[in-house]
Order: sequence, then structure tokens, then C-alpha cells
Amino acid sequence: MTNDAPLLDVAGIGITFGGLKAVQDLSLRIPRGGLHGLIGPNGAGKTTAFNLLTGVYQTQTGRITLDGRRVDGLKPHEIAQAGLSRTFQNIRLFPNLSVIDNVRVACHLRGSHSLAGTLLRSPAHLEQERRVLARSRELLAVFGLHTREHEQAKNLPYGDQRRLEILRAMGTEPKVLLLDEPAAGMNPQEKKDLAAAINRIRTEFGLTILLIEHDMGLVMDICEHITVLDYGVTIAAAPPAEIQRNPKVIEAYLGEPAGT
Amino acid sequence: MTTRPNASTSPVPSPLPGAGAWPRAWLPVGIALLVALLMQFGFPALTGEFVSKVGLQAGIAVILAVSLNIVNGYTGQFSIGHAGFFAIGAYAAAATSVYGSIAIWGAPGRQAGLLGTGVLGWGELLMVGGCVIGAIVAALAGYLVGLPSLRLRGDYLAIVTLGFGEIVRVLLQQSGRLPRTEEDELLRLPTAGELFPPPLGGAQGFDDGVVPYASLFWVYLLAGITCIVAFRLKQSSMGRAFLSIREDEIAARAMGVDIARYKVRAFVIAAFFAGIAGGLYAHSGSVIQPKDAGFARSFDVIIMVVLGGMGSISGAVVAALVLSALPELLRDFDAFRLIIYALLLIIMMIVRPQGLFGVREIWDFFPRRRAATPATPPAGATP
Repeated sequence: MTNDAPLLDVAGIGITFGGLKAVQDLSLRIPRGGLHGLIGPNGAGKTTAFNLLTGVYQTQTGRITLDGRRVDGLKPHEIAQAGLSRTFQNIRLFPNLSVIDNVRVACHLRGSHSLAGTLLRSPAHLEQERRVLARSRELLAVFGLHTREHEQAKNLPYGDQRRLEILRAMGTEPKVLLLDEPAAGMNPQEKKDLAAAINRIRTEFGLTILLIEHDMGLVMDICEHITVLDYGVTIAAAPPAEIQRNPKVIEAYLGEPAGT
Repeated sequence: MTTRPNASTSPVPSPLPGAGAWPRAWLPVGIALLVALLMQFGFPALTGEFVSKVGLQAGIAVILAVSLNIVNGYTGQFSIGHAGFFAIGAYAAAATSVYGSIAIWGAPGRQAGLLGTGVLGWGELLMVGGCVIGAIVAALAGYLVGLPSLRLRGDYLAIVTLGFGEIVRVLLQQSGRLPRTEEDELLRLPTAGELFPPPLGGAQGFDDGVVPYASLFWVYLLAGITCIVAFRLKQSSMGRAFLSIREDEIAARAMGVDIARYKVRAFVIAAFFAGIAGGLYAHSGSVIQPKDAGFARSFDVIIMVVLGGMGSISGAVVAALVLSALPELLRDFDAFRLIIYALLLIIMMIVRPQGLFGVREIWDFFPRRRAATPATPPAGATP
């Protein structure tokens, strides 16, 4: 494995809904262990880009390569299998399942499940169930959720639901983690904690992360590289410091400067 | 569930047997066998013949409700064609046991030796074989019905499954008459020319030759096995994949659950056990008719699942037992009994819309001695 090749290489993907060019010619190159941001005003196509990456929509142009393997055209569960996992902008937990079962569903991906083994409770099956349980507990402990593992996910406070969603995504043992507005609805302190948490899981689990976020402070703080979308078009891609000075970005967010 | 010596150190929420305890995995099967024997030899003596008959039908209802629960309750695919699988199983089992008996012994029902009145007879084993064949045929049908569930959701899928049940009903109505000998009107094997349409009795139903081999023993043994299968599914990765589809399909896909495969799987497993229930019903002394595939029976089963709580196995069992017994208990009120039955259902749905137990099991309602949380988080993971 060459180390200079990006882990996630997105080259010119795009999708059109009728006449609406939701995302056009989007390219991202995220190196192993990188933490990149994807920002843009409302309706810029960020979540659509995520849906393209995770196979919810099929890209109509370009290609997506994950760790040297083409993943565009695959179904969502195959992409998850390949090592791309995500959270959702409006939390999509399994509300009636317990906290631990939410994570255990995600652990399902790594392992084999034969009907006979399940029904006869073969030693291999039991061993796997134990491993999944142990791993899920380990993950829950990352955000201190292990104390509430039997609660139904829908009864968790909002911030914990967001954290649980991140943990669930990590349960699939992804290479790349896509976080869709993880700080939405959080107060400044919670955002700070979240930034620390993201940094921690990144180093602890060696994750590569792509982050969609509205909160500029958070993105500028933790991301190494930022791509800015506006009306589906990439208007800038640079380190945070440059993005802050980029006139196009300022225009997209604040409108044209007066008197021009 | 049994207590284990290491129960205090292992905070497993739902006890899994410890390492090297695989033989213990057979324990529930042993318990099911014991219950079945108790039902066979104890229940009739305690309650009399009439209640035993109700008990037999209640056991069949348990198999139906628990199996439907796998599709409707676990996977959240609303199927209202369960009676279709039931009828397929019933007819396939009846045909196997009647024509099989004629082929082997020259006449149907000569090899009785019913368990309870004598020893385990060959005819009875033929019924079990018939149930298995019925279950396999029903499972194949389940595969076919499962396919549209990949594209259809909610009400639309419900209509497809409803249509499936009706198709089965109409096809059975169009089946050929039972072949009989010229001279003494006895059942015989069909000739090659009579194989199409298959000789299953047509609109009259399969009304001759099926010996009531299905005793309380077989019904409750198979009901027990159905419950064990349902429970083990629910406790496994596979079951959690089913549940995740019910909870949120998009999230389930994103977590790597192949929802197409699991939906079809749920239909196949549920249809398999509905087929077994059908096979037992065919041998329970009732005449099987095309209308057994109709939606009236499907709705009976759905009511049991909804009333017990979608996804709750013990809920489905309790609801199946109660709802099978209730119409009989209300027999004294004669004309009003169906009204009372319906009123009870309406009140139940108002008071407890999530069903008797919701998604939980009956034992979840009792306080349990358990170390609810790990005392210390795994090393290296402390915030």
C-alpha cells in the first residue's frame, strides 16, 4: 500500500435531479488519517455529496476509490462493507432498540452469520456474539455511554443520541468516517467537547474523517483541509486559513460586498 | 433462563451460555419436549376432551403468531397473507400423508398408533414428514412473496401479501377432486392424467382420508421449537439485523445490513413455520378448505401479533393462547360473544396501543438481579 495515495479518492462525482444540478464535479482527496471538512451554505449539496459517497444515490459522473478499490456503483451495505461509514444529519438511530443493540447492529457487518449456527447456537456463533458484545461495550465506553446500555436509544438526551450515532458508525470498523453535521443543535460547550472527542477517536482508532459542518469555529479548529460547496459546485478547496480569506467563500456565505 | 455460577461477573443483559456450554444450547429443546409430554399426558386428564381440543388449536395458533411475528414484528414488513402459507402447508402435508399412506400401506389411516393411545406409529411419523414437506413448500412460496417486499413498503406490501393469500385460495378452489375407486368409493392414488389440476379436493376441501395424528404432543413440541427459533433469532446478530430494518431501513443499509437478503429471509423463515402450523392443522381433525388461505384467518393471526406486541415472542404466545380460548369461554353469551370479543380488542388497543408487552418479553417486566453496567469501562477507553 503506497502511503502517498489518498485513502478516499473522489474524482469528479456529480448527480442531477431533473434540471437541478445538485452536485457537480466534486473531487476530494483525503489521505490516510486525515480530517477534512465539507462546508457550504444551506442547500449547497453537502448531504447529497454524502449520499453519493455512501451509495444512497448513484453518482452519474466520475469515480470513487476507497483504499485502492472502486466503490461507486456499489449498494449502500456493500460500501459500508468496504469501509465507509456515516452518521446522519437528522439522527437516524434505531429508536426502539437499546443503546448497546444500536452498536451491535453495526458490528454485525464484520462476521459471518449462518442460520444453522444461529439456531443451534454453535460455539463459533456464541464466540462471535461475545466478541460483538465486548466490542460494543468498548465503543460505548469511548463516550461514557456504557452506563446506559440498556436504555432505549430514543430516550437518550439529544447530545448522547448524536454521540451514539458516531459510535454506531464506528461499529462497522470503517476506514473512513463521514460525519454529517455532528454538532447540529449543540451548545458551545458541547461543541467544544465534540471537537475534542472527534480528535480523540481519530487518533485512538486511526480513523480518517470527512466532516460536514455548519459551525465555522468547529470546522476551522479541527479540519486540516476544507472543501466549500455552493449550489453544488466546489468553489474552494484549501487549508482553513486560506478558506477564511477566500473572497468566493465569503461571498457565498455573506453575499457580494456592497458597492460593486 | 438458567442461572450460571459466573452470572455476577458477567453483565450480559440476556444470558448467553458460557464458553464450552454448547450442549446447554439443547436445554430449551429438552424443556419443549417436557412441556409437550406434559400437555399430552397431563392436560386432557385435567381439563377434559373439549378443552384439549381448544388447547390443540391454541398451540397451532401459537406457531402461526410467533412465525408471523418474525415478518411483522421483527422486520416490520406488514404481511397480511400469512394464511396463504398456512394453507399451502396444510394441503401439502395432507397430500403427503394421505397419498403417501396409500402408496406405502395401500390405504390412508391404517397406521394410526397414536401417541397417547399407543406407541409412536409410522403414520404419525408420516404426518411429521408431511409437515416438513408442507413447511418447505410454504418456504418456497415465502421466497416468492418476499421478493416484492424489496420494492414495496407498508400498505403496498400489505396489499401484495393479501393478494397472495387470495391467489392461493382461488388456486385451491380450482384443484381437482380427490380420486376414488369406482366400486367402493375409496381414496386411491391419482393417475398421471389426474395430476393436473392436482387432486386436492377443490372447493369442498381436502375432506377425506386425513387421519387426526396431530396430538397435543406434536403441536406443543413444534410450538416450543418455533418459539426457540424465534427467540434465538431475536438474540442474535441476524435478529438485530431484522429489527434494524423495522427501525430504519436507510440507517440499516448504511450500517451494512443487506436489507434485501434479510427481508426475504424473514419471509422464508416465517412461511416455513406457518407451513408447519398448516400441516398440524390438517391433521387436527378439521377439514381443510380453500378458505383457510383467506384473509379472515390472516387477520386472526395479525390480531394476535399486534395484541401481544410487535416483536414480542412471549406476547405473541400469550395473545395466541388467550384469543384462541376467548371465543370458547364466551360461548355462554352465544349471540353476543363476537361483540364482546371485538369490544375487548378495541378496549385493548385504546388502553395499550403498543400491545400487551410492547417490544419486550414477559420476563423483562420482572426485576432481575443483574449487574446492569460494567463496573469499569474497558481499559484505555476512559474519556
